[in-house]
Amino acid sequence: MNIIVCIKQVPDTTEIKIDPVKNTLIREGVPSIMNPDDKGGLELALQMKDKYGANVTVITMGPPQADLILREAFAMGVDRAILLSDRKFAGADTLATSYALAGAIKTLDYDLIIAGRQAIDGDTAQVGPEMAEHLGLPQVSYVIDAEREKNGNFIVKKENEDSVQTLEVEGKCVLTVLASAFEARYMTVAGIVDAYDKEVEVWGADKLDVDENKLGLKGSPTKVWQSFPKQLKAPGEVFEVSEEEAVEIIVKKLKEKHLI
Amino acid sequence: MDIKDYKNVYVFAEQRGGTIQSVAYELLGKARDLADALGEKVVAMLLGYNVKDQAQSLIEMGADEVLVADCPELKDYLTEQYSQVVYQMITAGCPSIVLYGATTIGRDLAPRIASRLKTGLTADCTKLEIGIVEETGEKQFRSTRPAFGGNLMATILCPNTRPQMSTVRPGVMQKRVREAGRKGTITMFAPKFDTSKFKVKVIETKMNCKCADDIADAKILVSGGRGVHDKEGFNKLQALADVLGGMVSSSRAMVDAGIMDHCFQVGQTGKTVRPALYMACGISGAIQHLAGMEESDFIIAINKDKYAPIFSAADLGIVGDLHKIVPMLTERLKKEVEK
Repeated sequence: MNIIVCIKQVPDTTEIKIDPVKNTLIREGVPSIMNPDDKGGLELALQMKDKYGANVTVITMGPPQADLILREAFAMGVDRAILLSDRKFAGADTLATSYALAGAIKTLDYDLIIAGRQAIDGDTAQVGPEMAEHLGLPQVSYVIDAEREKNGNFIVKKENEDSVQTLEVEGKCVLTVLASAFEARYMTVAGIVDAYDKEVEVWGADKLDVDENKLGLKGSPTKVWQSFPKQLKAPGEVFEVSEEEAVEIIVKKLKEKHLI
Repeated sequence: MDIKDYKNVYVFAEQRGGTIQSVAYELLGKARDLADALGEKVVAMLLGYNVKDQAQSLIEMGADEVLVADCPELKDYLTEQYSQVVYQMITAGCPSIVLYGATTIGRDLAPRIASRLKTGLTADCTKLEIGIVEETGEKQFRSTRPAFGGNLMATILCPNTRPQMSTVRPGVMQKRVREAGRKGTITMFAPKFDTSKFKVKVIETKMNCKCADDIADAKILVSGGRGVHDKEGFNKLQALADVLGGMVSSSRAMVDAGIMDHCFQVGQTGKTVRPALYMACGISGAIQHLAGMEESDFIIAINKDKYAPIFSAADLGIVGDLHKIVPMLTERLKKEVEK
């Protein structure tokens, strides 16, 4: 079985802080990591490799620095790594990103494509389903478990707000995965040593099965018009008083606001 | 077709098990504002099996027209079945704007449709408005959403393709007051299915929600974080919630620790709530949590750490030990109620 896993390098958004004076994002010193849901997807692929035997290829679109997460993927046990890197990809929204990924995947052999549900920098959850549509494949999103049947079908569990569904998918498909369902394995020491001996293939737009007008900024129907740090509201009153006084202050406020 | 010829605001009226979801009514409320600003109509898309009797309810909540696709193929949500019908409704009606709930269904369906239509989609919007372009005086649809884990807000346009599509999380927009007997058009829509594309089938659906009531509907929430420590701590919050006539909710930390169920979680990966009163007890206030509750009418925070970011979001902050203050407050309020 050939499995392709789409991963993304993201800033660790839990480490991002706002400069209280300039009211801007502080990006310096914020570590870049493999997106958590994608890492969950990679773990699912590696579990399938352990269980059924498979060739696992990771693919990412990004700047040359994204090489780092591909080395990490090698150290976790993947067989092949592809970096889509070209100025023509720059400024891509989710539609143009999914189109480029689909254009790369079309040139590869695969039985299953796995992606994370969403990336923590954008939180859109759109690239997986948009890519599935470009490839004309069925999709299951919010996946928490997947198994392969002998006939090549997949039995997939997905988590909804109020239920867990078990679905059967006929043949090739795209699954988007929740990090919470897959605890990713650590890199092995031997894996880390070997990771830098392996080749990360760097592909430009000319390697893809695409119409170049649909890539990057040109191929993106959405445009960012404005971005701004979130407006913080005026801080309320904060009291550091005895417990008895605190209770009275709360009760007074609740009465004032007609909440009791 | 010129983009100026695309008219009307469509809403995907999500139903589950035959029940129209609250988010559909919230979207209709917002769609009404947008359509009125544009001088266009609000059209709801209702897909399912044996659901057509509920079309009138959508009209009473703001729709001018309801397109109903009612057939056995649409009983359960499945990506391809629903995509085919929504795609056909959109290409037949040429709306300028389409809105979906940012639920597991909406976030599965909307990108599929965007990719099929080759148009733009903006996820998890917190603000949708019709602005006026300064240079030309033209009306413009603007979608604002958080990015970078809620640290940054971005306003997104979709200038050259139609329809312009957005998803909105449940609890973010406000419903209109129901107008009983409101008149509108109900149109039955007969989909043409390409069944060769149906590759997914449902084997089993297990309902797993442990909460009978939805925290998104509660008027008062007493919410607990890491500082609550354990189940016993949550019992204290529950006692307070009982006196106040509210519900208990939770931060992500306590869900990850297995102490609270996911359906009680407030925040970016949980639910968005806007109760009349939100009492944050022992919650530090990570930006992902604030994103889910900062629109509450009145916020009280109790936390030991006076530097906790929750205090910047609170209307009233108490630096102190919730394990002492919450039971004392509960007793005090019991006396107040008896008066």
